[in-house]
Amino acid sequence: MNYVLRRLLMFPLVMLGVSVFVFVAIRLVPGDAITAMLGTESGLLTPAQRESLAAYFGLDQNWVVQYGRWLIGLLQGDLGLSVTYGQPVSQIIMERFPLTLELALLSMLIALLIGLPAGVFAATRVERPSDLVVRIFAMIGQSTPNFVLALLAIYVLSVGFGTLPTMGRFVPLTEDPLGNLAQLILPALALGTAFAAAVTRISRAAMLDILGEDYVRTARSKGFSQSYVIWRHALPNALIPVVTLSGVEFGYLLGGAVIVEQIFALPGLGRVVLDAILQRDYALVQGVVLFIAFNFLVVNLIVDLAYAALDPRIRYGES
Amino acid sequence: MTLLSVEDLRVGFGKSGHETEVVHGVSFEVAAGETLAIVGESGSGKSVTAMAVNRLVDFGGGRILGGRAVFDERIDVATATEAEMQRLRGREIGMIFQEPMTSLNPVLKVGAQIDEIFRKQHGLSGRAVRQASIRALDRVRIPDAARRLDQAPHQMSGGMLQRVMIAMALAGEPRLLIADEPTTALDVTIQAQIMALLAELQRETGAGLIFITHDIGLVAGLADRVLVMQGGRAVESGPIDRVLDHPSHDYTRHLLDAVPHFRAGQAVRRDGTRDGRTSALSVRDLSVRFPVGGGFLRRTRGVVHAVDGVSFDLVPGETLGIVGESGSGKSTTARAILDLVRPSAGQIDTEGRSAVQMVFQNPNASLNPRMTVRALLAEPVIAAGQRVDDTVLDRMHTLLARVELPADLDRFPHEFSGGQRQRLCIARALMLNPRVLVLDEAVSALDVSVQARVLELLIDLQREFGLAYLFVSHDMAVVERIAHRVAVLYAGRIVEMGAAQEVLSDPRHPYTQKLIAAIPSIDRRRIDYAIDTEDVASLLRPVGFTAPPQTWRQIGPDHHIATEETS
Amino acid sequence: MSFLGALLRHGSGRIGACVIAVFAVAAILGLTGLTPHDPLAQDRLARLQAPGATYWMGTDLFGRDILSRLMVGIGQSFAVALLSVGLATVVGTVLGLTAAWFEKLWDGAVMRAMDVLLSFPAILLALLIVAIHGPGIDTSIVAIAIVYTPIFTRVVRGPALSLKTRSFVDAARTFGSSRRYILTRHLLTNLVAPLTVQITLALAWALLTEAALSFLGLGTQPPSPSLGLMLSDSRNLMETAPWMLIFPAVVIMLAVLGFNLLGDALRDVFDPRTRRALG
Repeated sequence: MNYVLRRLLMFPLVMLGVSVFVFVAIRLVPGDAITAMLGTESGLLTPAQRESLAAYFGLDQNWVVQYGRWLIGLLQGDLGLSVTYGQPVSQIIMERFPLTLELALLSMLIALLIGLPAGVFAATRVERPSDLVVRIFAMIGQSTPNFVLALLAIYVLSVGFGTLPTMGRFVPLTEDPLGNLAQLILPALALGTAFAAAVTRISRAAMLDILGEDYVRTARSKGFSQSYVIWRHALPNALIPVVTLSGVEFGYLLGGAVIVEQIFALPGLGRVVLDAILQRDYALVQGVVLFIAFNFLVVNLIVDLAYAALDPRIRYGES
Repeated sequence: MTLLSVEDLRVGFGKSGHETEVVHGVSFEVAAGETLAIVGESGSGKSVTAMAVNRLVDFGGGRILGGRAVFDERIDVATATEAEMQRLRGREIGMIFQEPMTSLNPVLKVGAQIDEIFRKQHGLSGRAVRQASIRALDRVRIPDAARRLDQAPHQMSGGMLQRVMIAMALAGEPRLLIADEPTTALDVTIQAQIMALLAELQRETGAGLIFITHDIGLVAGLADRVLVMQGGRAVESGPIDRVLDHPSHDYTRHLLDAVPHFRAGQAVRRDGTRDGRTSALSVRDLSVRFPVGGGFLRRTRGVVHAVDGVSFDLVPGETLGIVGESGSGKSTTARAILDLVRPSAGQIDTEGRSAVQMVFQNPNASLNPRMTVRALLAEPVIAAGQRVDDTVLDRMHTLLARVELPADLDRFPHEFSGGQRQRLCIARALMLNPRVLVLDEAVSALDVSVQARVLELLIDLQREFGLAYLFVSHDMAVVERIAHRVAVLYAGRIVEMGAAQEVLSDPRHPYTQKLIAAIPSIDRRRIDYAIDTEDVASLLRPVGFTAPPQTWRQIGPDHHIATEETS
Repeated sequence: MSFLGALLRHGSGRIGACVIAVFAVAAILGLTGLTPHDPLAQDRLARLQAPGATYWMGTDLFGRDILSRLMVGIGQSFAVALLSVGLATVVGTVLGLTAAWFEKLWDGAVMRAMDVLLSFPAILLALLIVAIHGPGIDTSIVAIAIVYTPIFTRVVRGPALSLKTRSFVDAARTFGSSRRYILTRHLLTNLVAPLTVQITLALAWALLTEAALSFLGLGTQPPSPSLGLMLSDSRNLMETAPWMLIFPAVVIMLAVLGFNLLGDALRDVFDPRTRRALG
């Protein structure tokens, strides 16, 4: 269990690096922090007010002390205060995150349900017409940016059917599950299409490689049927790259779909980040970006543990 | 009774209608209880023929183009449907492959891969499955079978995995067993174990056996009949004794005469003398250790004593053969001399940096594919800080001519055959006029008939330039032909060293004796290999371990053995 | 060299190369000012015109020619993509090569730093950098370069580690070849194949990222035309002037598709396994 333990130990280390990166990045913003925080309104402050504000936010201390305070706050779940929202950053995140999580899960579900069977199917019919059709669709899917797809979908629906899924107030899942799904299905499709294409391509490629492996030949020499060989012997091996890819994509989706959320007027994490950057609300940027990176690393950790479950070489092995 | 009757079998690869035929009409028969050996070099079509018999060739992009392959006088494999073939595979025709390390599914436990045969082919379920699997491993003499079933393939040695493969092939109680170079990837003592096991299991089951190999010596003790293949055709076939003693085809004679076979010291060189020469390379108490585990966030679990106190001298014009199995430390010794690994102790005396050069095992990997012959030959010169001028170009041409390569400096490595590439490596190693060549398995990756020619070239070059060779090899037959002296390495230490003729004809150390007894030979027919299941010795020692010093016993004027137990 | 021939014999390689060639011509014409109309000239009499004889792809809300704006936009996008990917390639190659060569501490430091960068979604990292530097084309270039540097570092480091253990590198060491010689002659030359494939694919992503930044108003600034801005402009007008949406959308898709097809074909052509099959 050496591997699992090492992964677990690595996690806080990279997280620490991420926190330093975010902290320093925010402090690289030109101009002083008060101006950055309050924008044009800071011009109205008297020097005394400025100083007391700086002292309040701890900005009169050097970076190391500031970082230390921030880190201690983080460990207690205190991500600071958003100036534009007038709320604790952690509260804003907790309000917005469920939507982002739901959207990411839906997209991944779509991607895996379409991509995995399509990839395996194409690999077993390599170079035949059905393989070609799958590959063409995957290629086009991968080359269509999600925001372009989102705009085209809106256009087709509004012109073709004269209706658009409710773009008004967002309905949480807990309030009205069907209404919520109706709102999210289009964004999830926009996000899931390229994801599905990527899953298709990687599962096809992995399957093709593995069907040429010696151990698949061994399984055939035992007299097993094609479907048994594929599902029992080839697929578990082909899943390893699929899990990697899905983990990375899902981790990134948890960071919020900045543009798609904007297009569909969804109040997710992506919208918060964009607003925070446009409003120069740096406490919010800092907190949300850190939260997103944290999610990504957690997903990565889960993926690494999934490897260990899938592949005994990793479970007991050296590397 | 004829179990398998193959007539005019033709096999091809490629798109339907545009196949390239690689097996051009091969015919043979196998009876129950009989062993047929199919012998040939790479590209002879021997493996394709074997894979055509159970139609696994279909899954590698191949197809049977013509002929018949009638199994059990009832079903023609050449025209059978895939569903019919699935009933034959495993149940009637079992198969063992060359690479045990890659032939088992890495993500499934060994037990799961045996269980599935009993479950799907014999309809067993519940506890009966596991018991059958344990019996299957017992049958191939795997100790502690129940525990082994719960292991993953990567936790087992190659020899152990090949036993598992045999157990799986036999689990369906097939009447025909196909073994495709089943021992090529294994050490010679493990090879002997597997050969003994196959022979005994065949006697037990009465199955027919098709044994594919490139080594005609290997099957001398096993086969009843031999089929010799070359370029996709059967050039000769017949009872083993007739083919070995009275070969009728030139190619068979070539395989028997031109290819190095082990002759127990009768084929050693008799030129060369050590008298009065000062050594060109002197190694004293060389040790190389690698920490295991360790690294970032890991504890050092132990130390591998890869090489442990090795000493020898090498004089000009002499070849010292260093022999041993994998893990013996022979390659590490060679690499330490060239400073490719850092010795942890000991002294290496040479006559300067460029005085020792090395030739590696795999000529494909040791030539940068993106460099021309000119750039390849110029590299040592540039590295030595010299200019590539007309003198250097002259030397390139001289050496290319000397190793019998065309004088075209603008070619790339992929334009040459394997043997030619190794000649190019030799020419490159000679660019700086070295005194010593370290040859690390330098002919092992070459086809058997190419080996002999490269060996001849090496001997000629040695005489011409007075070179000293440190010839590292696992192949005793090859060492016998080039070495004046031999050092036998086991678990990082020399256990026996002396004149090649004496060591090879009269080995005295128990390990050397076991090693030499395991070497297949056309001279030793139908000698039963002893079945034993001893696995390779571990070199892993606890941190801080020091091996007891070796003491030596003199056997002859130039023949010593270590007396300390080294394991 | 049969390489180009092999690429053009490859079905998707041929299509990809053609698409990219057409776009390259459009980009060059756009950047040198050889467009059918002035991309910035507003024609109040010709607002929101459908595609026709004068304006082949129609006009926008200010009566500006969509085709001309697209050509300039393609030129800008390609320029940003080429510069940022070029930057990422150089930095990533140097980091990856040295990490693989020196291993130990340097490798650990470089790769952990790359892990940190990779912990952010590409668009978020780019947004963060834009937030620091302020929007603009030069920021976009730097931001996209930083986003894709870790990918190049990984693409180089993996093969470099395995090349390092190949016998020809061992041979070079036994000759006493210098570190620089080994890194450039032995490692780098053998990394050309994976790098070329990666560069092609990264160009596709870079185009996307640039368009996304501009769409959000953080890349190219108006009135300069850019693909992302044009898409953004079309949002409220797509029902009355669908050409404002369709043409930029198709252009982005085709450009990305072209690079993806080319990347796939390059991978096949470089791979000895498939190369044999291609003849």
